[in-house]
Amino acid sequence: MYISLNERGDAEQPSEATAQVKRRVSSVVITLGIVSMLTDVSSESVAAILPLYITSAMGLSTIAYGFIDGLYQGVSAVVRIGGGWASDRADQPKWIAFFGYGISALAKVWLLFAGGFAMIIAVVTVDRLGKGVRTAPRDALITASSDPSNLGRSFGVHRMLDTIGAAVGPLLAFVILYFIPTGYTTVFVVSLAFAIVGVILLGLLVPNRRPRSERAAASSEPRRPFRWRNLNDPRLRRLMLAAGVLGLLTVGDGFIYLVLQARGSFAAQWFPLLYVGTNVAFFVFAVPLGRLADRFGRVRIFVIGHGALLSAYALTALPVGGATITILCMVLLGFFYAATDGVLAALAAQFSPPGNTASGIAATQTVVAVARLIASTGFGVLWFAIGRVDAMLIVAAVLALAIPAVVVILRPLLTVAKTA
Amino acid sequence: MTSRLRLVIAAVLTIVLLGGATVYGIIAFSGYQARLDAPSQVDTTTAPAVDTGSRIVFRNTATGAGYGLESSVPLSDPKGTRAIGTVACDRIYSTAKYSMCLRIDRGVLTTFSATLYDAKWQAKKAWALPGIPSRTRISADSKLVAFTSFVTGESYGTVGFATATQISSTDGTDYGNLEAFALMIDGQRNTAADRNFWGVTFSTDDNVFYATASTGGRTWLVKGDLAARTLTTVTQTAECPSLSPDGTRVAYKKNVSTSTTAYWSIAVLDLATGVEKLLPEKRSVDDQVDWLDDSTLLYGMPRIDSPGDSDIWSIPFAGTAAGSRFIQHAWSPSVVRE
Repeated sequence: MYISLNERGDAEQPSEATAQVKRRVSSVVITLGIVSMLTDVSSESVAAILPLYITSAMGLSTIAYGFIDGLYQGVSAVVRIGGGWASDRADQPKWIAFFGYGISALAKVWLLFAGGFAMIIAVVTVDRLGKGVRTAPRDALITASSDPSNLGRSFGVHRMLDTIGAAVGPLLAFVILYFIPTGYTTVFVVSLAFAIVGVILLGLLVPNRRPRSERAAASSEPRRPFRWRNLNDPRLRRLMLAAGVLGLLTVGDGFIYLVLQARGSFAAQWFPLLYVGTNVAFFVFAVPLGRLADRFGRVRIFVIGHGALLSAYALTALPVGGATITILCMVLLGFFYAATDGVLAALAAQFSPPGNTASGIAATQTVVAVARLIASTGFGVLWFAIGRVDAMLIVAAVLALAIPAVVVILRPLLTVAKTA
Repeated sequence: MTSRLRLVIAAVLTIVLLGGATVYGIIAFSGYQARLDAPSQVDTTTAPAVDTGSRIVFRNTATGAGYGLESSVPLSDPKGTRAIGTVACDRIYSTAKYSMCLRIDRGVLTTFSATLYDAKWQAKKAWALPGIPSRTRISADSKLVAFTSFVTGESYGTVGFATATQISSTDGTDYGNLEAFALMIDGQRNTAADRNFWGVTFSTDDNVFYATASTGGRTWLVKGDLAARTLTTVTQTAECPSLSPDGTRVAYKKNVSTSTTAYWSIAVLDLATGVEKLLPEKRSVDDQVDWLDDSTLLYGMPRIDSPGDSDIWSIPFAGTAAGSRFIQHAWSPSVVRE
């Protein structure tokens, strides 16, 4: 082996005493998962009813979210990098994450007083900026609190809890509206309560980690200052390249659902439920795939996840439709997210130099986010130009070529990841 | 602080906050129930099993019993006692024979539907909708229906703005989604995939209709031909048309905003001369207007201070006067002439 396994080498040889502990996922990771779950219940309950609120309560027709969404994605990428940088720079991942969760909670307070379409969009934007800030420091905390050999599983557990929140939020909101058809304010109040509880649990129960200071103390080396060029690690570069290439071929789920819908392969009434189905598949697969990633290699699972995405594309392009195809697509998309979302964070953490975890994760996730934004925009153009099914076939074909190319790019990481 | 103390504080705060939210929800629920059981804030009566007489049918938005239900007032006395029906609709349109009711079917899994009712309020046909209901119309002779909904999932999957509009006959023939019709913009066939159609209004011949077409961020008033399955542009920047009973004019909402946020005025186009006139309504109108008669338009305006409530306003099409409140606490008007 020509590369050392991992710079956190001593953790790779567990003593008998720690072997038992290692099987378990750290309570910090579970607490962070619960914080994310509560926050997602909060955000997604509001997000799910906003179109209804705007049309039913405010009497407006829904105005294109598309452009706002694009704007937010762009800003979010910058903010995400900033969050990762601040976290590593200050060596305070917990408090940067706390800040991110905090401004999202404040946005919910504002929502109670917001009137008018522009205000509501502003609130949603602030909420999502908070999400951008907190993601990388939180993932760095997960990394610092986990055993490196169990990292995939830790992220799997976190993403499972997170996705449960995303699935429960809309359901909770609709239950409230079922009992109180005009109860939008009740949804906002409940959302605020969940957001504050999330922030409190993070503040009180999650211990801060100071990855750079801790390392300096452990190795009696001087604490290394934060530098962007620390990220110039050939393995991290390869990972970002591969994730970026695949991200360029990841069009939004919404397009897949619209293709299925245009095909008439399921009754229109199921359309609003596809997102729920995909989320359910995501949280079911998150932990098993995280464990598999630790065992058989995170790179492998990451690549296989894109195989599932390819299968979903291919299914939508099939001339046959029906409920089976639709359900299979949801399962494949959920599998794709479970195999790639947490696993990518684990890979980025694994290949980031110590003390640069948050910025390494942030940079990788930003590459993916920007690539996907380009993919969705480009796909939209293709969709308009040549039609939905042909556009889907083209993306599927390019993805089928890209996956082997990515395997070549990631080959040097494969050996490392397997042994690590 | 010891970790035990932190845990206790966290647990207490969690219980207080989530408990507080639950209490808020229970109070809101009982408040809602009380409002439901309370007498309506307007004079109401129970609608007869079969509605008769010339009337204005609408969605009742008065607080209290009967909120959200199909209701009507006599055409001769629009400010009088309203007859409250039994069917809940978010958007409604009635003719002498039928009513189209677009509905949000609330539940853990919220879905959307369109239902055609006969004069006895028996459901005759139903369609599932791919998103939040928007507009619906029935032709004056009760032979054709059209309905528009948004194509929305839950918002984390919203792909911009999309609508689905379908035309069917009341005896069962489906003419399908308007996207399958040939769209001619200024004489050129347009096949862009971002075509969207909404807001149909029927003429009296069961073939010609008008609707909104949009692509590339622009909108048009289009004239549709059901037999030929074509849509031909008439004029630009016009949405949610409504043909006058005598068939000579089309009223619609016209986006007069110069920013990205839409601001709609009501405009009336004379089909013979092609002259378009903006009416003196200063507020933005987001509705498909309807004709009370050949000289007056009706439209809904939400009440800013009271979410979920709205009024129906009227305005003379000649532009001689500003709008005035026509029916309070009401939404989605249609005029039934018998």
